Amino acid sequence: MDLNLTADEQAFRDEFRGWLKANVPAPWTGGGLNSEGGGEYLAYLRRWQRTLFEGGWAGIAWPKKFGGRGATLMQQALFQEELALADAPHLIGTIGLSLVGPTIIAMGTEEQKARYLAPILAGDEIWCQGFSEPNAGSDLASLGTKAIRDGDDFIINGQKIWTSFAQMADYCLLLVRTDFEAPKHKGITCLLVDMRTPGISVRPLRQMSGDAGFNEVFFTDVRVAVSQVLGQINAGWTTAMAALMNERANLGTGIQVIFKRNLNALIARARQIDRNGRPASADPVVRQKLAQAWLELEILRLNTNRALTSLSKSGVPGAEGSIQKIYWSEMNQRTQQTAQEILGPYGQLIDFDNGVWQYGYLRSRGNTIEAGTSEIQRNIVAERVLGLPKSY
Amino acid sequence: MDFDLSKPQKLLKDTARQFLARDRAPSWQAIAEQGWTGLLIAEEHGGLGTGIVELAAVGEEMGRACLAGPYLSTLFATALIRAGATPEQQGRWLPLIAAGEMKATVAILEESASWNLDAIHSSTRKLFVGDADVADLILCVGPDGVAAVERAGVSVVPMPWMDARRNIFEVTFDHPGGDLLPGGRAAVRAAIDVATVALCAEMVGGMQWVLDTAVEYAKTRQQFGRPIGSFQAVQHQCADMLLLTESARSATYYAAWALTENDPGAPLAVSMAKAYCSDACREVGNRGVQVHGGIGFTWEHDLQLYYKRAKSSEILFGDATFHRERIAALVVDELPPVNSRTETSPDHQAVRA
Repeated sequence: MDLNLTADEQAFRDEFRGWLKANVPAPWTGGGLNSEGGGEYLAYLRRWQRTLFEGGWAGIAWPKKFGGRGATLMQQALFQEELALADAPHLIGTIGLSLVGPTIIAMGTEEQKARYLAPILAGDEIWCQGFSEPNAGSDLASLGTKAIRDGDDFIINGQKIWTSFAQMADYCLLLVRTDFEAPKHKGITCLLVDMRTPGISVRPLRQMSGDAGFNEVFFTDVRVAVSQVLGQINAGWTTAMAALMNERANLGTGIQVIFKRNLNALIARARQIDRNGRPASADPVVRQKLAQAWLELEILRLNTNRALTSLSKSGVPGAEGSIQKIYWSEMNQRTQQTAQEILGPYGQLIDFDNGVWQYGYLRSRGNTIEAGTSEIQRNIVAERVLGLPKSY
Repeated sequence: MDFDLSKPQKLLKDTARQFLARDRAPSWQAIAEQGWTGLLIAEEHGGLGTGIVELAAVGEEMGRACLAGPYLSTLFATALIRAGATPEQQGRWLPLIAAGEMKATVAILEESASWNLDAIHSSTRKLFVGDADVADLILCVGPDGVAAVERAGVSVVPMPWMDARRNIFEVTFDHPGGDLLPGGRAAVRAAIDVATVALCAEMVGGMQWVLDTAVEYAKTRQQFGRPIGSFQAVQHQCADMLLLTESARSATYYAAWALTENDPGAPLAVSMAKAYCSDACREVGNRGVQVHGGIGFTWEHDLQLYYKRAKSSEILFGDATFHRERIAALVVDELPPVNSRTETSPDHQAVRA
């Protein structure tokens, strides 16, 4: 056991930290992403991905021969942490970088690798992930978007939902049903779909927090060449699981830095806000809750580092990701509630601290639903880690 | 970074596990022969001179076995001797402890039952003292320092409580004074931190036993024609027990490592581990009994031993509330480095999985 960084890890971190110091752009102060998925903010985020790419910091864990850096998992985690610590803009191409790219590398044809990998790294093509449907959420394998074979094409009809980045995406990793007789897991195919294909329309979904991070995507007689299949026809479930494993291997390493920044801001507020003639931070109940939030966040970091060690040694992403997901999503909800209790009405103001507290509270409600509900994650832990019998 | 036990540490842990699986109530001499009474004691004094991570690894296995006896009390005293005794005193006591020829304990608490060292007023009467009936040496932490007293000079009255496998006593020192240790409050605090990590490790081992036992039961116990472990209501209890156990383990080994490295953040890490373990150990016990149903509530099932052990461990060296306040004093009262730019709109993608 040695929790210090190795010399290599230290060197990697120092190099990236130095590079970030010289290259992180001024924070964006303009408007958000508009519903058409464009605008200057998108251009700003694309420029940032291009800057990372030109500096050699795109595709950190991708193999070198595909333009990546060939870094270790631990280095990838450091990369995410440093990005957050440096207040760098977010990675607009995150679906392509962490989910689609690694899956194409593992399962794609040579043509697909040559065509799609480089633009992901450069930020030239943004990807979204068309998995969930109105009637296929936790039970993803029951998805019903149809793809009917017509010569060398599929003709696609159906609807996807909760699709992040769809409003600005150039491509979609799309799951469709190609065999209607087979058992539900065996009739699914994974396609690489150009979002500008005629027949695709995107409608943003406004969340309770006010922003539109998700979308509905409608497919009406959309024609996609059979050569766009990733993996094998009717073996799309395997492709999808490989993609989700790649996503979970990320373990949310950057998130903890963002949580830390918010908790520090809350502590600073607690020291200023008056409660019964003294700072809220002197109130014993407030102190208990802040300390609990603090220790839970520290343990998130420790759990992450243990999971990274285990993943580095085994090489196989396992159910660690599910435990991590349950932990951080529920922790964030508790901490956001603590913030509300400390801040009182200020916590609900749209203009206080830029609205972060009201936003954070509302947004955290979605954390236990998105990317696999807490219930599904607990099922996964029970069955795959503890070996309990399947419940469905 | 490598957040995993090394090969020798794993070997030590596996050996301890096998030993305790063969004999769940080993004699003190057998424990000493394993080297466990000398883990913290330097080789020159007949010990193994390992770090705190090794201590935690063995402690975890003791917790899994719900080991009864004066190990933790003796360890606490050993840590205090190491931190606060003169070289002459160390040379006198440590070889005996390492060889299993001396058991020891530390007397701190008084009527207030507070682990806050500022609450210490007496050097003649102490309460809730672990294993004072078998300790050959009692280290009494008084307002003016630490005195080592042989048991011959004290009167000891049992204080029966829930956990019958961890005995506590009221101790009255007839002739206060004795052999004074020069180390002051700092030595006592350092010893408490070491003993607290060993206790946390025991709690992790206890949680693991409860989890394993509950999962095994859920796989075999049939209701409605199927194993109860196939019901999500039961599965989710077990998944939560795993999350609590693994998180407690992360916090405990981090604290053990920080103490070994003399990391300045070690006291904070220790309080973090104890605050988390105190709550988690109780919660895992609650869920473990619930998964077992009626049989888990009986005297004959070993669960009750772990359930009670969790309760006594919860408050030993300070409960979660005590340690959260200690954390608050370190992280709320010290101004944390605040980055002026908190996460704000327009970029709300941050908290996406």
